[in-house]
Amino acid sequence: MIYFNNVSKAYKDGLALDDITLKIVAGEFVSIIGHSGAGKTTLTRMIVADENPSQGTVFFESINVHELKSKDLTKLRRRIGVVFQDFKLLSNKTAYENIAFAMEAVGKTDEEIKSDVPHVLELVDLSSRLHHFPNQMSGGEQQRLAIARAIINQPELIIADEPTGNLDPINTHEIVQILKKINDLGTTVILATHNRGVIDSVGKRVVTMEKGKIIRDSKNGK
Amino acid sequence: MTELKRIIKAGFINFTRGGLVSFAAVLVVTITLSVITFIILLQTVLYFSLNVIKDKVDVTIYFTVDAPESKILLFKESLLKLPEVRDVSYTSATEALSLFRARHENDYPTIAALDEIGINPLGAYLNVKAKEISQYESIASFMKSDSGLVLGTTSIIDKVNYYQNKLVIDRLNAIISGAQKLGFLITLILIIITIIITFNTIRLTIFIAKEEIGVMRLVGASKMRVRGPFMVEGVIYGIIATVITLILFWPATAWLGRNMTDFLGLNVYDYYVSNFFQIFAIILLSGILFGVISSFLAVRKYLNK
Repeated sequence: MIYFNNVSKAYKDGLALDDITLKIVAGEFVSIIGHSGAGKTTLTRMIVADENPSQGTVFFESINVHELKSKDLTKLRRRIGVVFQDFKLLSNKTAYENIAFAMEAVGKTDEEIKSDVPHVLELVDLSSRLHHFPNQMSGGEQQRLAIARAIINQPELIIADEPTGNLDPINTHEIVQILKKINDLGTTVILATHNRGVIDSVGKRVVTMEKGKIIRDSKNGK
Repeated sequence: MTELKRIIKAGFINFTRGGLVSFAAVLVVTITLSVITFIILLQTVLYFSLNVIKDKVDVTIYFTVDAPESKILLFKESLLKLPEVRDVSYTSATEALSLFRARHENDYPTIAALDEIGINPLGAYLNVKAKEISQYESIASFMKSDSGLVLGTTSIIDKVNYYQNKLVIDRLNAIISGAQKLGFLITLILIIITIIITFNTIRLTIFIAKEEIGVMRLVGASKMRVRGPFMVEGVIYGIIATVITLILFWPATAWLGRNMTDFLGLNVYDYYVSNFFQIFAIILLSGILFGVISSFLAVRKYLNK
């Protein structure tokens, strides 16, 4: 589903990614672990073309994502749900509106939005927060809202970049369980984290990164 | 259609939730529109004053006492055909005498001397007004060249006061044209400054939303879906600022009309009221254009991906 072919990314202060070659199959749950600055975020941002490689290519199925025109890139992004450590919710929109915006972006009708938004918020246990703004919600709630936004359009891939970085252990556990459930339903999940405990609780494929390189790719969650 | 409806709705919601940021943007657009309204009124006063001065300039052609009226009237007709001439008025010798008498009714020696002569010593004259001050020179040249102005071997023109007033007319012409150029330059500078201030304020309001623009793009929103609400907000800034500006200028022009009409030579309030719809249209269009174009350009910077 996703192919990184000899991808490198150089910034002024050094290499963020160094000759990465990686293949992710549809339906997989891949955890990418590494210290801060290992290149996890750069790697995940490459998939949605939020970063351009200095060298190499990134394919989403048969599409070279960095050769896409703006319009086609928008279409590709609609097939991918993204969850960030800092949630990246739209602060001037309520929980309902944040989800509705993602649905409007893909052209869903008002009727679909009205019926699906409460349903997905119920899935992430946020029914009581429907009309709350992000700054009126706890970190865990905001992250669940971000996940709800990411899954609302039934994407083929979920990218979660440090989704538990700002959360306490209970909320961390909840988020991991939600991501596992999403993967069980057939969605490919890429989880980038520096938290070994999170990786252990997932127990699936683990790619370990260090200084922009992949130093280990383990199928059994180690 | 649904997309447009959603964009407009989002623009309104963003505006109402924008709080202080929206208030600041409206304030700055209001200042811009106030400057434009002020410039419109200033230009009006300037042009009005210049026109009053221009209207005071004319050229009088005095004819000899024996100049036949038919020749003078024929000459008047040919002057009126000149494209430079705005108006020509004829004063006959008899009328000239009555005007002279009226002007000097308290000047006993002059009136007595006139009575002593017994005949009318004054000739008829034509008063010529040109469309532009700079055109008097060519009208004067035309008079020199017109062969119909000769009676026998002598000219029927006694004198033309253009040649006595030439220096004053030329200076006045230079001052008027300088004032117009200066007015235009000041207008241009003020408009450029206000446009830059408006653009930067709107750019700042959008800078605050920079990260959100990136998020919107990441969740798959099209460029128009991201940009649209900001442009709608720009339209709202323009409309509200227009209303505020026009309301503010109502009492301001009323005060000017009441207290400054003599000084300005024009009742600014009357002008404001009688041209309200034109001013409203100019201000509204400027406000909306400023808002929309500034928003469009400011968002573009963050829409690259």
